[in-house]
Amino acid sequence: MTIIDQSAYAIAKKVRSGELSAVEVLETALERIAAVDGRPGSLDGGSNPEDESKVHAFITLTKDRARKQAESVDARIKAGEDAGPLAGVPVTVKDIFCVRGTPSTAASRILANFTAPYTATPVSRLEGAGAVTLGKVNLDEFTYGSSTESSAFQPSTRNPWETNRVPGGSSGGSTASVAAGEAPLSLGTDTAGSIRQPAAFCGVVGLKPTYGRVSRYGLIAFGSSLDCPGPIARDVRDTALMLSVMAGADPHDSTAAAVPVPDYMASLEKGVKGLRIGLSPDYMQITFPDPETGEIERQTLPKEIREATLRAAEVLADQGAEIVEDIPMPNTVYGIPVYFVVSRVEAASNLHRFDGVKYGYRAASDYRDLREMYRVTRAEGFGLQPKLRILMGMYVSAAQYSEQYYARALRVRSLIRADFEAAFDPDGEYRVDALLTPTTPTTAFKLADIYGDSVLMQYADQLTVPANHAGIPGISIPGGIDADGLPIGVQLLAPDFKEETLFQIGHTFESATADDAWRKIKPQVLRED
Amino acid sequence: MTDEITPELFEHLVDLAAFAFNPEEAEYLRRELNKQLKAIQQLEAVPLDGDIPLASHGVPYTKQSRPDLRSDTWQPCENPEEILEQAPQVEDGYIIVPDIPHTKLD
Repeated sequence: MTIIDQSAYAIAKKVRSGELSAVEVLETALERIAAVDGRPGSLDGGSNPEDESKVHAFITLTKDRARKQAESVDARIKAGEDAGPLAGVPVTVKDIFCVRGTPSTAASRILANFTAPYTATPVSRLEGAGAVTLGKVNLDEFTYGSSTESSAFQPSTRNPWETNRVPGGSSGGSTASVAAGEAPLSLGTDTAGSIRQPAAFCGVVGLKPTYGRVSRYGLIAFGSSLDCPGPIARDVRDTALMLSVMAGADPHDSTAAAVPVPDYMASLEKGVKGLRIGLSPDYMQITFPDPETGEIERQTLPKEIREATLRAAEVLADQGAEIVEDIPMPNTVYGIPVYFVVSRVEAASNLHRFDGVKYGYRAASDYRDLREMYRVTRAEGFGLQPKLRILMGMYVSAAQYSEQYYARALRVRSLIRADFEAAFDPDGEYRVDALLTPTTPTTAFKLADIYGDSVLMQYADQLTVPANHAGIPGISIPGGIDADGLPIGVQLLAPDFKEETLFQIGHTFESATADDAWRKIKPQVLRED
Repeated sequence: MTDEITPELFEHLVDLAAFAFNPEEAEYLRRELNKQLKAIQQLEAVPLDGDIPLASHGVPYTKQSRPDLRSDTWQPCENPEEILEQAPQVEDGYIIVPDIPHTKLD
């Protein structure tokens, strides 16, 4: 197996023991990127036919910076020092995090010329643990999407499993870079499913930690009550390893919880005997507005997705878990409508800071006054999706509408949280340790199929967004391959700060299915035929 | 069914948000806003009694999980010039903007 296709855990072990050098590992990552990535996304990058077979995960590849980091890891090892639990492991970073001295664009024209003067806490913790940052990867503009297509940096990322399909989003560059073997780890963010949905589409593991588990310092904010930085990896062990390094309180973020970080790696081998895992009929159907009439329709999920979830339940039952069926989660259906309100209000509030004054883009023309400068700068700097979110956020929070929309949405958010509290209550009727659900209502869709329809695109997050409203942790792990050869994700959800339960169950499922035929299938860009 | 966000209301929002659109963009955005509002209107059917609190975030912050307040001490910024370098227009350490509009109060 090529070095870069090995796990982060294996690479770090070999680098720490001197069997491999961090520079060697970096070289194999750069070779892979050169082979599969194609040109990076750029402003007004357009598209051409040779782009169609490439991944385009990157916006900015920071080779020199990475080489210096790798050399420093090797120097520390040579000097007999501890180079950290991620020694020499290449990581990619979603370009929504600030990394000092490098462009930090949020995939938006309005920040295209912004060089961050400081580094986000999750990134500095990864680098402090010996990880080597390869660069910044693509996303939906300001994370506003579920396909990565809305990036102002084109060509946008393509799915390594089939390059005419989307990688999902908004952390599409992150999950594609991990699936294509450009790096074993990537740092993403999840506000409605932006780690778990693209992880499912790209056949990798993605964790949305509990809100407050990982610091948001240095993350360009979208929905401040929902945003969660989290790890993306190819297996559960690497996900646990990456979270171990990033989690914990941070003096720079007062919402980073002062909850002790358990030994996640120790949870992996515990097995699932005695655990109660719930299935809910409310996660086996989707409701969405008909594109023609706008009427709300209810449909059961595609058979293959339903079956993958039930198969995972059987595997876990064989391993000793108790499966509890028919957990009622009746407010799941309101996750997207609530999100349309809450996230837009928070987005509008957070995006007012981009005004052409202190940093980022300022329109080049003569202005009569400051107000006109704001207007032209914001009109030219933001793409349509951020504008749409700002307008909606301003409307539903306006004094005369906020009781009808915003206050109501926040109350329904309490009901969504209450569904989970009832399911997890140790003295309640169901007493489950985790819920098992599908991650997404479909597998990866084709480029341009949904883009532009902001309502249908948002419904791609229907099964993931309830965890963001409730704040609880959720993980998506590969659960099979559909008839089109595309990965299917299954999701596990656990109570606050119980990421270890997700790792425990996820790792058990991986081990029990390690020899399954579907696990041998590789993404298109890595097939040798 | 009439659109909740009329062209006039849309123009008002655009003004508040400090944007400007061509007619094609305006039509797309207004259509999407009205579609999203239809989805949001599902919430009107949810029975809510007065006891249901507004959730400003999901996970409760308890005495144990809430970080201690930082002490109120002055800390120098190590790289102010790096921050100023990001501003589109700077003179003598000041960020420069176009004229600020004034309204004369009667």
